[in-house]
Amino acid sequence: MFTEAESPGTRIVAPDIAPGAEQDSRAFESILFPGGVPEGLIAGPATAFLADLQIEQIIAATVAGREQYELKPYFYLPLGDLAAINYRHEVFSDLGDATVRETIDSFARELVDVRRDLALTTGFRDEHQRQAMVVEAAGVYCAAVRELNQNLAAAAPASQGLRKFRDYLAGYVNSSEFEEMARDAEQVTDALGRVRYCLRIKGSRVTVTREEDNSDYTADVRETFARFRQGEVKDYRTTGRTILAMDHVESWVLDGVAQLFRTEFSALANFNSMHAAFQSELVVAFDKEIQFYLAYLDLIAKPTEEGLSFCLPVVSRSKEVHVSGTFDLALAVRIEAHGQAMVTNDVELGGPERILVVSGPNQGGKTTFARTVGQLHYLASLGLPVPGITARLSLPDAIFTHFELGENAKDLRGKLMDDLVRIHGILEQATPRSLVILNEIFTSTSLRDAIDLGARVLGKICRLDLVCVCVTFVDELSRLGPSVVSMVSTVESDDPARRTFKILRQPADGLAYAMVLARKYGLDYGELKGRINS
Amino acid sequence: MKAFLLYKDRDFHPDARWSANDSALHKDLDLGRLISAMAAGDDYVADVAQLVLRAPLTAVEDIEYRQHVLMDVLENTAVVRDLYALASETIAAERKIYRSLFSHSPSSILRQSIQSLEMMAAVLERLRSICRNAQEGFHSPGFRRFLDMVLKEVDETYLAEINEHLRRLRFRNGMLIAASLGRANKGTNYTLSNPGPDNRNWLQRLSGKGKESYTFRLNDRDEAGFRALGELEGQGLDLAANVLTQSDDHIMNFIKMLRQELAFHVGCINLEAALLSAGAPLCFPKPEAESAMACSARDLRDVSLTVGQRGEVVGNNINADGKSLIMITGANEGGKSTFLRSLGTAQLMMQCGMFVCAQYFGADLVSGIYSHYKREEDASLKSGKLDEELVRMSAIADTAKAHAMVLFNESFSSTNEREGTAIARDIIRALVDSGMRVVFVTHFYELGEDVDALHTSGPCS
Repeated sequence: MFTEAESPGTRIVAPDIAPGAEQDSRAFESILFPGGVPEGLIAGPATAFLADLQIEQIIAATVAGREQYELKPYFYLPLGDLAAINYRHEVFSDLGDATVRETIDSFARELVDVRRDLALTTGFRDEHQRQAMVVEAAGVYCAAVRELNQNLAAAAPASQGLRKFRDYLAGYVNSSEFEEMARDAEQVTDALGRVRYCLRIKGSRVTVTREEDNSDYTADVRETFARFRQGEVKDYRTTGRTILAMDHVESWVLDGVAQLFRTEFSALANFNSMHAAFQSELVVAFDKEIQFYLAYLDLIAKPTEEGLSFCLPVVSRSKEVHVSGTFDLALAVRIEAHGQAMVTNDVELGGPERILVVSGPNQGGKTTFARTVGQLHYLASLGLPVPGITARLSLPDAIFTHFELGENAKDLRGKLMDDLVRIHGILEQATPRSLVILNEIFTSTSLRDAIDLGARVLGKICRLDLVCVCVTFVDELSRLGPSVVSMVSTVESDDPARRTFKILRQPADGLAYAMVLARKYGLDYGELKGRINS
Repeated sequence: MKAFLLYKDRDFHPDARWSANDSALHKDLDLGRLISAMAAGDDYVADVAQLVLRAPLTAVEDIEYRQHVLMDVLENTAVVRDLYALASETIAAERKIYRSLFSHSPSSILRQSIQSLEMMAAVLERLRSICRNAQEGFHSPGFRRFLDMVLKEVDETYLAEINEHLRRLRFRNGMLIAASLGRANKGTNYTLSNPGPDNRNWLQRLSGKGKESYTFRLNDRDEAGFRALGELEGQGLDLAANVLTQSDDHIMNFIKMLRQELAFHVGCINLEAALLSAGAPLCFPKPEAESAMACSARDLRDVSLTVGQRGEVVGNNINADGKSLIMITGANEGGKSTFLRSLGTAQLMMQCGMFVCAQYFGADLVSGIYSHYKREEDASLKSGKLDEELVRMSAIADTAKAHAMVLFNESFSSTNEREGTAIARDIIRALVDSGMRVVFVTHFYELGEDVDALHTSGPCS
């Protein structure tokens, strides 16, 4: 569904998702997809542009720690439908509320416990143990679902997704099956909790009885010595055994207890035969899918704390792009640990403007800027908040990237050929609604050829009328017409050798910087002359 | 059970301090010599003496309580030393038992706590016998209470009760534990059930009609089974070990408290002996309420000089009742500093419930004692000498309250007489007006002349 393997470019195509028009009448199906989960979720990436734009890294950082939910496929599935994007935006807005967030988090924690308990049962050889664990898990599940139901009702979510889920949940919790299961679990647990048995151990002989009186002999001993008490003393009890699975002696004891307390243990067995699969599929799916939102919110929490902004973008079919204060999210996640300050940039494409030509000093943040634009559109197509104070973005039908392949053994002509073939492929497939990101094209040819070839490529792109970012060392490309906007990476005015990573909308003027840099290395006219003549 | 041999109604707290910055005072009063006379070679006594001297009493009633206990102590020195020795030996013996513990399994902890408690039972018996034999000689409320308590709480029946617990918790007849079903039906909330005085009773009860039971027996070759059963038994052993070790701790804490409070009294016994052998006068001082503005003494000697046996020690008389300021002037080497020290020490010893080195001493209680001595040398001096003096003075002003006693020794003489006098005059006036008692040793002639003027401005004169 993404790109055919032999394709030189890379594209994304949104899968067929039922349009969101008459969704309100439909019952809850998924918190991620208003029309239900689409077929064909894939497990891994198939496209190179995800690596070029470092979206792979963003996804990896997002799902880290949530492996159990298997969220990656959702992040490989951009939406082509504005209503579906809006569906997610609404949920994000709801989750911004601390109460809603805490409600969901607490539910998620409890469901983790349920899964852990159920996983434990597979390690039990003792049937009574296994059964008790299932009842405990069921009890936790019922309490979690009820609490979620209450809290969601009280929180009055505004999003279509959470409202529908809330309605579904209310019906589920009040259904007779759920009520019966919850009651049974509670009764079985209470009855077992009241059991008190006595063990007589002498030599190799163990006798199990009901506890006759609940006298605690240590209390008598304590009482005897209480008169010497000067204050609190240390508790010397060892923490005891931590292995939950029983050994065979414990099992025999438990068998004895089961014989002494027949009623309690037959109720336990009954529960297991009647409510073996006690979880609702939709609830389980919700628990998993909602993590898509939480994972991303957790990812952006740290950069937000550092003062960076995220916003829900206005996504439309228009080709205008207006983003303020944006940044490379992959970089932000990566340098979080180093405590470096991130530089933010603005992206503006208005009216007839379609192409951003970024030039200026190397290592000045040009590639980062290009990646940022790509990330913005991809994140927006997932229905996610994007880096930036404000953002208006178009929803592309595909993203094509052309980044230099790393150093390889090919000779220069091979490399130029490779460039041409790949770009040709992109231009073949791109539609007027595609996004194209070209990073450093034609670096392996002469300046004259680079100008010539670059101008032709951009000319074709102009005619396609698609949105494009082109990073280049060729200033001339920034002056190709009204659809081209020139942007330049900048340097600090008092130390020209230091890049600010700020990309500004201004005419390309690479020469000034070159002069400054030359002076820094002692290569400007006067100095070089002096050095030579010394 | 509480010892209460230092305070009528509370334990001695080693952390209690009059002032966080009392080390200057202790140095200026040369208390090291006093403390070593009290210790007479016993480091623990020295430690406790130092702690007690850091936490003087501030109520006449509390001082009188301790004075009475101390009078009993001085009348019964052999008994008090016996009690102190018993406590010290017990603590040493208990440490030895614990040091011999190599394994931390519940069974070895249990064995060791039983051993320790058996020793404790013997100690308690000795304590009881010392107290019973000594009853006649003690009259103070504090000691009477202590002796009565020991005789009442540690009687024959009680000692028998302890021994019965120790016998049962050896589990010679097997173990009886109760439990609940915990997570995944695993046993939890284990408690020890009373195994009963006689094993047969339990068996009879077990075989009684209507009593349902379920029994299994491990195969002799089932090694894993015996290990598992050992762990189950460990639950019971753990409970028993815990309660007995905690009980042992309770008794030990009582013994430790007793030793600590006795150590102070032993120190007083030692000090009395040292002062008497130096031929010095001794008396229990007369503490007065704060409002009394009393301060008088007859033949007041300096303790540190006396116990140090450094030549002839001269006694002084004071009659400063109704005065808030005592100025001491005169020639150098004329004993001004010694007098200042003897007065401060006597005040401190009185407020610690001790006797003083004088034929008579009476004074009102102060809320704190502060010393401001001219520091002759200070290697770490950062600022000028006068700066340093003023900084220390400012620190005193931060903490001193009304009714405090402030001892000045040649203060503010690091500058010229005119400036020093002016500074000292303002400070004295401020302190006296705040209701403090000021004792000022100076060679500034003019400052000495000012006494009357300073006095008349005091609120209490």
